[in-house]
Amino acid sequence: MNSTAPLFNVNQAELSLGGRVILRDLNLQIHSGERVALLGESGSGKTTLLRSLRQQHPAEVAWCPQQASLVPLLSVFHNLYMGRLDQYHTLYNLRNLVWPAAERRREVSAWAERLGLEGRLNYSVDRLSGGQQSRVNLGRALYQQRPVFIGDEPVSAVDEHQADDLLRLIIERHTTVILALHNIEQALTHCQRIIGLKDGRVILDAPSRELKAADLAALYPAAV
Amino acid sequence: MNPSRTNPAQTNSARAMVRTSGLLLVLALLCLPWADFSVQTQSPGRELTKLMQGLFMPVWPETGTLLSALLNTLAFAFEGVALGAIWGFVLALLYRWQAVRLFAASIRAVHELFWALIFIQLFGLSTPAGVLAIAVPYAGIFAKVYGELFEEVDPAPGQALPAGTSRLSALLFTTLPQAWPHLAAYTRYRLECGLRSSAVLGFIGLPTLGYHLESLLRQGFYAEGAVYFYALLVLIATLPWWCHRRALPVFLIGSVLWLPPLTSLNPALMARFLTHDIVPAPLRAGDPSSLLPWLSQLWFDQIAPGLGNTLVLAMLALVVMALIGLLSFPMVSRLFGHRASRGAGHLLLVVLRSLPEYLLAFMALILLGPSMLPAVLALGLHNGAIVGHLVGQYSNALQLRDDASRGLNRYFFEVLPRQYRLFLAFTLYRFETVIRETAILGMLGIPTLGFFIDSAFSEFRFDRALVLLIATALLNIAVDAAARRLRQRLHLNQPLHYC
Repeated sequence: MNSTAPLFNVNQAELSLGGRVILRDLNLQIHSGERVALLGESGSGKTTLLRSLRQQHPAEVAWCPQQASLVPLLSVFHNLYMGRLDQYHTLYNLRNLVWPAAERRREVSAWAERLGLEGRLNYSVDRLSGGQQSRVNLGRALYQQRPVFIGDEPVSAVDEHQADDLLRLIIERHTTVILALHNIEQALTHCQRIIGLKDGRVILDAPSRELKAADLAALYPAAV
Repeated sequence: MNPSRTNPAQTNSARAMVRTSGLLLVLALLCLPWADFSVQTQSPGRELTKLMQGLFMPVWPETGTLLSALLNTLAFAFEGVALGAIWGFVLALLYRWQAVRLFAASIRAVHELFWALIFIQLFGLSTPAGVLAIAVPYAGIFAKVYGELFEEVDPAPGQALPAGTSRLSALLFTTLPQAWPHLAAYTRYRLECGLRSSAVLGFIGLPTLGYHLESLLRQGFYAEGAVYFYALLVLIATLPWWCHRRALPVFLIGSVLWLPPLTSLNPALMARFLTHDIVPAPLRAGDPSSLLPWLSQLWFDQIAPGLGNTLVLAMLALVVMALIGLLSFPMVSRLFGHRASRGAGHLLLVVLRSLPEYLLAFMALILLGPSMLPAVLALGLHNGAIVGHLVGQYSNALQLRDDASRGLNRYFFEVLPRQYRLFLAFTLYRFETVIRETAILGMLGIPTLGFFIDSAFSEFRFDRALVLLIATALLNIAVDAAARRLRQRLHLNQPLHYC
């Protein structure tokens, strides 16, 4: 498919979490430029896989975890700004904590607007709704402006229409995108490649144009 | 603090917390012009070197003296805390009554050292004086904490009892078993405080470790005092290892055998103290009309300046305590540093937490002379170490994201905002203790209320002492109420019972 060396390479790996093996016999190559969706029921190992992928290139990955790990006492501005703490000198960061620089405010507020958070920049995030918090969490990753985006259900807390818009935004701003999703339609629409996980193994890895929603039903418990 | 659960009561609390912190800081700055921070000794550096030399090269005292001071410290603590726990338990059963709550609040508003001054007048320099000095204020504290624990138990088992069950049966079968683990844990914790109190009672003459520390350090015999210092430190810091629940009866019986709480009473002297000495001088002289001028002179000469100094010192100590808490909690938090740095941090905080403020202030006073500086340092270090320890422990429960920043960025962006509510709650709780202790530090020569109380006792003006003690108690009660209101307004409900 691609002759250059893969960006992410997992070879015969076994991934465990807290001493318990979550994924075994894992063989996976992801190249720069790919848009990959991970599917599978909860507990199938999507999060574990994403975390191990991030660790391969921590400096290039914009990371959007499922738990919106926002700091409740800080404002939307600060929670977005935190995405780039590593880019600036600590003293400059402290200055922005106390009194945000005009330039950073402009930059961050442009992102906030794009995410539908306009006018909320000075709100502490515990005053936001669940959907708004999840957009701040996504915004923090986008604001990092890195080539690879790895997101663990980044749009699960927003409505479907908004979700499509946000997914397009993610794809537009990153060369490589790896997403864990629970919505099959979103995966087929926005990603080129689908990886299906079940019981700790990869049971499906195919281009999305060759797949239909029915093909993916095997990933989920039959009773549903 | 789950961000996804938006609590309407919390919405503006971020700003309120920042505002409160700023307000406290401004208040402390306004206090600065009244604070006396002068260094009174000729060469504090040389004195510190001598102290350090003494601590590093201790001279072993006479073993018998050391052993008896150690056992005395233990005995006063065990007997005092046990008696206080029994009385506190009885008061807690009646805690529904406003009168009982008021009584408990007023006996705990007077510090154990002040109680000791009173009981020494009544019983002489004897075992009962020391035991009661601990037992009485502790009874007030136990009454409050036990009472609150009783209120917090699940009411369902009690409601399920058959109608007509006596109140005592209900207590024994439902309330007590449910509250028991908390009661036991708190009582055991209080023992640690009792040991500190017992040691400090030595500073006014009871034969505990503090007695030898006071006389040796005051004379500059640091090497001789060092062993007593370490003995106290080790005794308190290792309490969790040697004080097992099953050993408690043994310790208690041993204490009573070693120091039987008995003394020969002098009823005539006691009666004189209670009916004559503490009666305000104008009333004693049969001249009630001069009572008001007498009170007003006492107010202008002693109460008002003492109160002012107490508040100034406490405000400054509050800020120093807060700063030390903020600086020290990352030293013991698993989110920062490595195993070795945390070990060192724990060691430092254990030392500062174990040593009573009074002893720390006494040592700082030797180095720096009598000004507010040693008191602020001692209160700030001891209480800051407690705040740092607690916030550090709680921060270990935080789950940071995989790509969380490190170092100062982590401290200021990830950890401090999440822990700030807790930090503020603990700091405000400690403020109540700081006020109590600030008054007491007057006995070391800093002109807070305790200074005037101590002077009144040594001049045998017990009538003045009583009025000053009442003023101190009222201050403590008022500060307790103010701090409680502030905590409620900021929704800082973290329960904390720490001495």
